[in-house]
Amino acid sequence: MADAAVTTSSEQPTEAPSPHKRSLFSPFNIIAAILLLATAPFAIMRFTGGLGAVTALDHTNPWGIWIGFDLLTGVALAAGGYVTSAAVYIFGKEEYHSAVRPAILTGFLGYGLVVFALLFDVGRPWRLPYPFFVSQGVTSIMFEVGACVALYLTVLFLEFSPAAMEWLGLKKVRWIVVKLTILLTILGVLLSTLHQSSLGAMYLLAPSKLHPLWYSTYLPVFFFVSSIAAGLSMIIFESTMAHRYFPHLMDQRHKDESNKVALGFGRAAALVLAAYSAIKIFGIAADNNWAYLLTGYGVWFLVELVGFVMAPAFFFAVGVRDRNFKLIRGCAIWTVLGIVLNRFNISLIAFNWHLPEAERYFPALGEIAISIFIVTLGIVVYRFIVTRMPILYHHPDYHD
Amino acid sequence: MDGTIHTLQEFMMRTKGIVYILAIGFLVGFTAFWHFLWDREPRQKDLEKDS
Repeated sequence: MADAAVTTSSEQPTEAPSPHKRSLFSPFNIIAAILLLATAPFAIMRFTGGLGAVTALDHTNPWGIWIGFDLLTGVALAAGGYVTSAAVYIFGKEEYHSAVRPAILTGFLGYGLVVFALLFDVGRPWRLPYPFFVSQGVTSIMFEVGACVALYLTVLFLEFSPAAMEWLGLKKVRWIVVKLTILLTILGVLLSTLHQSSLGAMYLLAPSKLHPLWYSTYLPVFFFVSSIAAGLSMIIFESTMAHRYFPHLMDQRHKDESNKVALGFGRAAALVLAAYSAIKIFGIAADNNWAYLLTGYGVWFLVELVGFVMAPAFFFAVGVRDRNFKLIRGCAIWTVLGIVLNRFNISLIAFNWHLPEAERYFPALGEIAISIFIVTLGIVVYRFIVTRMPILYHHPDYHD
Repeated sequence: MDGTIHTLQEFMMRTKGIVYILAIGFLVGFTAFWHFLWDREPRQKDLEKDS
């Protein structure tokens, strides 16, 4: 197993504090343990008592927060992986290289948690491989969704694996995987493009259920474009968190490039959000839905569009012009919240909008608890990996 | 013209027309936004001249 060595500059390696020497009873571990222990019984109940034991789902509302939050939001926020690797390996933006591994890790864990959440949401989770081996159903959009998740998770695993191999000292296997970097990046971009948009396309199946302001034939485009902004913002947010909580694990290059990443990704996010605002307006115009803007749902739609898309786009631009990194990082969190709101609106708030209040869906305590269980587990695994593997620093034994 | 849409042809004419006008507005606005984003950056030509 490789040492947890960190370089303070590319030439001067120093020893990083070993995570194994720390007390097991750190505040993070205690809070994580409490959350996991408090929510684990609901996870057990899901598999012993079925969906009915822990959810408020029914035939009218078969998809709840496990789809709206864990899946739709999880996939969008995991987009940093393909965005960063495309920027570095395809567009040659080498100055963002230090962001690649954290982004790939976030993407890999994000998609891993999506599949983990699906095990809870799907009635018979042991049948998840059926679309590949038993009954393909290739004409269904769900086949595309499933195929893209499975294939992209595999690609992300391979893209992430060099870090694990450096940790384990598997030099030969790592060498082979590193040689496949470009191929994996291209596959990743291809599969992400298909997958992000196919999640939007999934809602094309429900034109009578989704509110007209959110329903549009451009939904696949909306999902794809917004995922780019989500990915860019998530990388800025993650870099901020890493700076705050793991500065001792970062080498000088990661520290130096942090502001450069915030500036470049903030600029890109401003442009993508501006374009996204425009195509959302095109969507209203194409379906002649202007009249709905004067209703309650219209006001809520404008809150999302103006408050969580246009405003962050403008303030990202102001932050980039003024080199105001605090503002850029604030806008990244703002955008991430905007994406969460958008996916919630599409999957929950504006879905089944015509139903009377009594028939509308509201998540049960068990659903919220299991979502907390999944997210906490994701953070614990992220921390485990970051404190052991060369994610925030360049391993001194490998120079490619 | 009272603004009522009677046929699919009228609907397409109106909505497409509005989308095209919005698209032109977007192109103008996006160019302005691009300048707003970049105008404080030193140009490559200026950097070469300085060096």
